[in-house]
Amino acid sequence: MANLQTDFLGIKSPNPFWLASAPPTDKQVNVLRAFEAGWGGVVWKTLGSQVKNVSSRYSAVDYHGSRVMGLNNIELISDRPLDINLKEIKECIRLFPDRAMIVSLMADNDRNSWHELIKKVQDTGAHGIELNFGCPHGMTERGMGAAVGQDPDIAKLVVEWVMEAATIPVITKLTPNVHSVVPTGRASVEAGSNALSLINTIQSVTGVDLDTLIPNPNVGGKSTFGGYCGPAVKPIALKMLTTIAQDPVTSKVPVSGIGGVSTWRDAAEFMLLGSTTVQVCTAVMKHGFRIIDDLCEGLSNWMDEKGFQTITDFIGKSIPTLTHWEDLDLNYHIVARIDPDKCIHCGLCYIACEDASHQSIRLTQGQPYNEYAIKEDECVGCNLCKLVCPVDSCITMVEQRVGPEYLNWKEFQRRGLPLNDH
Amino acid sequence: MIRNNRLVKEEYAANFSDIHPPFETRDAALVDANRCLYCYDAPCTKSCPTGIDVPKFIKQIVTGNLKGSAHTIFESNIMGGGCSRVCPVEKLCEGACVYNLMEETPIPIARLQRYPTEKAIAEKWQLFEKAVPTGKKVAIVGAGPSGLSAAHVLARAGVKVTIFEKEAKGGGLMTYGVAAYKVTPEFCAEELEYILSIGGITIQYEQELGRTIHLTQLRQQYDAVYLAFGVGLARRLDIPGEDLDGVVDALKFIYSIRSDGYPAVPVGDKVAVIGMGMTAIDAATQARRLGAKEVTLVYRRTQAEMPCTEAELNLAKTDGCRILWLAAPKTITGYNGSVTQLTCSEMELGSPDHSGRRSPIDTGRTFELEVDMVIKAAGQTPFESLVEAEGLAHKNGRVAAQTNLPGVFAGGDNVNGGKEVVDAVQAGKDAAAAILKFVNHG
Repeated sequence: MANLQTDFLGIKSPNPFWLASAPPTDKQVNVLRAFEAGWGGVVWKTLGSQVKNVSSRYSAVDYHGSRVMGLNNIELISDRPLDINLKEIKECIRLFPDRAMIVSLMADNDRNSWHELIKKVQDTGAHGIELNFGCPHGMTERGMGAAVGQDPDIAKLVVEWVMEAATIPVITKLTPNVHSVVPTGRASVEAGSNALSLINTIQSVTGVDLDTLIPNPNVGGKSTFGGYCGPAVKPIALKMLTTIAQDPVTSKVPVSGIGGVSTWRDAAEFMLLGSTTVQVCTAVMKHGFRIIDDLCEGLSNWMDEKGFQTITDFIGKSIPTLTHWEDLDLNYHIVARIDPDKCIHCGLCYIACEDASHQSIRLTQGQPYNEYAIKEDECVGCNLCKLVCPVDSCITMVEQRVGPEYLNWKEFQRRGLPLNDH
Repeated sequence: MIRNNRLVKEEYAANFSDIHPPFETRDAALVDANRCLYCYDAPCTKSCPTGIDVPKFIKQIVTGNLKGSAHTIFESNIMGGGCSRVCPVEKLCEGACVYNLMEETPIPIARLQRYPTEKAIAEKWQLFEKAVPTGKKVAIVGAGPSGLSAAHVLARAGVKVTIFEKEAKGGGLMTYGVAAYKVTPEFCAEELEYILSIGGITIQYEQELGRTIHLTQLRQQYDAVYLAFGVGLARRLDIPGEDLDGVVDALKFIYSIRSDGYPAVPVGDKVAVIGMGMTAIDAATQARRLGAKEVTLVYRRTQAEMPCTEAELNLAKTDGCRILWLAAPKTITGYNGSVTQLTCSEMELGSPDHSGRRSPIDTGRTFELEVDMVIKAAGQTPFESLVEAEGLAHKNGRVAAQTNLPGVFAGGDNVNGGKEVVDAVQAGKDAAAAILKFVNHG
């Protein structure tokens, strides 16, 4: 049984699964239930200036019969009184001293407000602070949330204020609503932030109701841009996470990964690309805290199979394999192969290749089952047929190198090698 | 003893309720619709005699375009609603579903097809536009699936259609010849009305070719004639005792169930059904459902040669019908003019006959069944004397799709000898295409 113990800047938790700052972490009753279920830690829902939330707060994107592929929210930070939150945080720490308690903060935009808030939070015994520089709605109009995270200079200034008062580790949470997360990440680290977390939600309109013609969520006939999260955003989060892991400045600090983590597989991927812990929200909003069992068990079983004893054995292990396009080997060539014994004759590979790729699949008419075979000379090895095939391992990609040696684009050009003639 | 009124009202209702109930909600339909892989050049479509674009209509259920879905179905098969209830899908679309190759349950295509078509019929969606009238007139003999299918295509093309039907209702065997638990007479009436709602189609009921109307007269009055009168005469067993009281024709039996109401239909205590086709199953199961104590299906070949599908056979078994394979009726014995016993020959399989199936050979051994009713479902024969009298060239009563008479076309059971509803619908489409070519271009 692999060891899932996690140490994030000295903040210990029995596993790397933290609940992200969100509705599941906004009060004692939820957090205690989460800890009882086995969650390693929580990031308490953002505390800060007083707000009021609207009714009708979420909307979702469903896909092919599955609900909530992506979730959108227009909820603001905690709308409960600060002293109640602080009292409850203290109580949760007392009852579960072995779990990580991070508190998310978003103070008004002045040094004193930040200092005051940080001191109050530190008095609860919390283990760390997460700075909410990412909330994409509501707070930005007040110059907070993403308004801070989108401007590296402002982010730097606020982190400096925070570091003046902080005695516990500080994690800066980055917004994805920028062309690159790296500038704000660098500014935060240079200003002293001990760690980074990403991504916050992505600004979105999830859809328009085709009966009322009003976008959702519908708040009395109007809607507003919300923050998008859930499985749909995972690939975007992984990319942004990797850019942080590859940058010489931001890669120096630990990262807590966020963005569509629903299963242990997602978590393993985030960790392979540099996350020390992962934060989960949407999956819990859909299924409840009980998913923690499989998150831990699945990750542990996978680690056993791969021979990883602790999570540090694989954190960041995949980062070096993500390189620039120019460094990819042009002599590497694969072609698809269809296993006729596994083929169910659905024709999905054929029509995808025929209409959208390189017309590399031969169709032989049959009644009622057509036969499909790869024209190896035409196949560019794009993977599309394999991706759309509904049968596992029916289509495999077989390596057929064009040349024995590694050949990248720069070298290809230098040698004046010929381009495709069709 | 043969008698009616064997059950109480609730029992009749339960026994004849819908065997394949529709999806109750859109969510329920979506569970299965979303499983569809949306195959390209799909095996299900290629296995449908009318070529319904199955993946397309299922995708349209998923996208919430139910009118489009119904249009996709009806464009290929105007009786797509009825077919979703009566088609032997296990040997057609569902039997070809690629999930079968994964050893998984196929997509319930018939049930999904029922979903948009039922809505379209109930809400009377007009999904087709009619071309400007061409001034052409076509007569159709028979308002069964083939005649109605041809009529709809012709009406869409702006042709004025008159259908001559010998019964008092349209729909043909769909209305008169299918088990009531598959499709109700009420649904058949609604479906007929829906087909006719395109306009330009008139049905003259109780008009029978060879009696009240004649081909020569139709040829004079119309630009073309489509013969879709099907087959009808029950194949005789040609054994002693066939004319005793209690020996009935399966189609007549089913007809009375559909037209007289369940309590009115008499059925025996112990019933033998001769044959193993769809009609034999429909008769056997319904005899049980009317209250017969024992029903035995008697078939001269084995399960490997039976014309019905395995699903149909299982239905008969779950209804408690007994199956006797390799048994051929030899003599029906009676007492006071009524059936008391069926003597059967024990058969064995010999070499393949012209149908490619191994033919049964009499072993010389016999056995007796105590029965008070014998239902004959050994197939139907074409109206040979009728076609002969009307001057049509034929082969054992079957006519060709393009008959020997100019401007006279034929299709459906009177050409193919008796196949599924869906085959008749396709024959009607093919005939309509040929007729349009004929009337518009000579």
